[in-house]
Amino acid sequence: MLSIKNLHVNVEGKEILRGLNLEIGKGEVHAIMGPNGSGKSTLSYVLAGRDGYEVTEGEVLFEGRNLLEMEPEERAWAGIFLAMQYPVELPGVNNMTFLREALNAVRKGRGEEELDAVAFMKLIREKAEVVKLPEKLLKRSVNAGFSGGEKKRNEILQMALLEPKLGILDETDSGLDIDALRIVAEGVNSLRNPERSFLVITHYQRLLDYIEPDHVHVLAHGQIIRSGDKHLALELEEKGYGWILEEAAA
Amino acid sequence: MSTQRELDDLVKAGYEAGFVTEVESDTLPPGLNEDTIRFISEKKNEPEWMLEYRLKAYRHWLTLEEPDWAHLKIDPIDYQAISYYSAPKKVGDGPKSLDEVDPELIETYNKLGIPLEEQKALAGVAVDAVFDSVSVATTFREELAKAGVIFCSISEAVHEHPELVKKYLGSVVPHTDNFFACLNAAVFSDGTFVYVPEGVRCPMELSTYFRINEAKTGQFERTLIVADKGAYVSYLEGCTAPMRDENQLHAAVVELIALEDAKIKYSTVQNWYPGDENGVGGIYNFVTKRGDCRGDRSHISWTQVETGSAITWKYPSCILQGDDSVGEFYSVAVTRGRQQADTGTKMYHFGRNTRSTIVSKGISAAHGQNAYRGLVRMGPKAENARNHTQCDSLLIGDKCGAHTFPYIEVRNPTAKVEHEATTSKISEDQLFYCRQRGLKEEDAVSMIVNGFCKEVFNELPMEFAVEARKLLNITLEGAVG
Repeated sequence: MLSIKNLHVNVEGKEILRGLNLEIGKGEVHAIMGPNGSGKSTLSYVLAGRDGYEVTEGEVLFEGRNLLEMEPEERAWAGIFLAMQYPVELPGVNNMTFLREALNAVRKGRGEEELDAVAFMKLIREKAEVVKLPEKLLKRSVNAGFSGGEKKRNEILQMALLEPKLGILDETDSGLDIDALRIVAEGVNSLRNPERSFLVITHYQRLLDYIEPDHVHVLAHGQIIRSGDKHLALELEEKGYGWILEEAAA
Repeated sequence: MSTQRELDDLVKAGYEAGFVTEVESDTLPPGLNEDTIRFISEKKNEPEWMLEYRLKAYRHWLTLEEPDWAHLKIDPIDYQAISYYSAPKKVGDGPKSLDEVDPELIETYNKLGIPLEEQKALAGVAVDAVFDSVSVATTFREELAKAGVIFCSISEAVHEHPELVKKYLGSVVPHTDNFFACLNAAVFSDGTFVYVPEGVRCPMELSTYFRINEAKTGQFERTLIVADKGAYVSYLEGCTAPMRDENQLHAAVVELIALEDAKIKYSTVQNWYPGDENGVGGIYNFVTKRGDCRGDRSHISWTQVETGSAITWKYPSCILQGDDSVGEFYSVAVTRGRQQADTGTKMYHFGRNTRSTIVSKGISAAHGQNAYRGLVRMGPKAENARNHTQCDSLLIGDKCGAHTFPYIEVRNPTAKVEHEATTSKISEDQLFYCRQRGLKEEDAVSMIVNGFCKEVFNELPMEFAVEARKLLNITLEGAVG
């Protein structure tokens, strides 16, 4: 589904990703772990198409299409969803309106019919239930005055609504207490299916207790230096990153 | 929120209102002197007192100079190069129904999305369409007459209701008020007159669409709305102008008078041609709008959405004379390209317990310059008067400007004035977030802008709010990136 080959990315003239390779198959959950500054967030932004991330070498194919040539919204229509580490506030923009505009934009981009107001209301209530987002938050401005947990739940709600083929979670666990973490993780788990893949970027193993990955990769200095199964995450939890970094350097 | 298809259509359409209707006009050659004024007055078959009023204003105007205090760059205006009268030729004695109206005029309105035929059927909106300088179609007159509401052109009112016109015309904006209002008093061509009698709630929203069509024809509208004791009226003003590669002067005067317990709600969507990207062409919009809360517990509310014109100079104001009277001003002003706007309001608190609210939303894009200028004056007798002002600016891009000039004068120690102001920018973070969720950049911008303007749009009547959003979307098309 997603194939990243020898990806090099500069941010403000500095090389952050240095030849990253990653293959994600249909229905797989991959976790990327790594120390601060290893390039985890850069990877998620490059995949989503944010400005300011210059690809100097390599390629990214998503279902056979050259992802790097697509605009951010085209990537969204194609099925890429990025749950952000710091969801942006949109003061004055009603959350419900935003969700409907986004859903209809994506549906349109996918050549599907737009949903009318009634069908949308029904759908959004169902989805909000899954992530336990209080209905009152649907009526407020997007993320404005939301707590950290509410913002992340709103992200997962959007993911549930837009039904991507690849969901990227960028440090979704940061700033969440254990209860919020569980709700978010349950939301993600409910979206797992054989057609949908996930890339879970995280600092800590904790999130992976709830969202069990098929593969775990360690990202350091802009490259994946070790891959394994879920046991690798546990090993990292126990021993830290130091030993892998040393081995990689050796 | 408009759908993408709507937006695409609108974008393709460019400045949709930019067409010129071929109608034979009876146009006065350019120039301004006492003969011009006599000609206008004679054309309209006005009584002597009206002519005298105009001449008095003209003679005073000769002593005035153009104001230069606004935050605007204006090329000099040659008042002798303007034609002061233009009227479409009449069919017989004038149209008695829409069927008699020049089909081309009707077509013009249809292109502007103001189908009179449909509006007749659609409940609620009566239209007194001003095409160039003379009213050509008035609907719902009979229904209004049943309620005792007078809704006609100001020319008709001069003939049919001279006592009301004499009593109220110039009583809120005297001809000595300012340069442009004075010019208007001398040469005003036509406009609207509304009188709602005591205790009557006007059964429908009244609406006039203004349109400037003749090249070089200044348009000098005069509007006078009187709500007698306990009356209520909501009035909508909307306008577009065809594309012309030269500046057109527009200097309107609007006077509102609310007596005891009366309420007047006045809404404007203004979309006159703003000029091209380099600032060539476009309307000069110098308007004097003022409402007088003359009676106790009276209420005047201004709502405006200003997206057009090369230059906007406009301060819809309220004189709060009556005790417990209320004044409101809700404004969205958008400038892009080379547009300039200096707009705001004045709230004069004279009566006790008077209250005023000001909500101003300025949006600047491209090279647009947007200034809010507002005065809140608490007079010595304005016991317990209150004002709340909220003044927000939104910047799109880094070549535009937003400026705020609040003036506050308080002469009564019990009065309270609050002023809040913010300036924000549509951030790259916000746009990326929206695009990641599948929205195109321009849709994201229009969604954020609409959110920013929501408080003002909420004050507009439903159909106007829809039109205002649509306008905003077209106006800001391509403003980013």
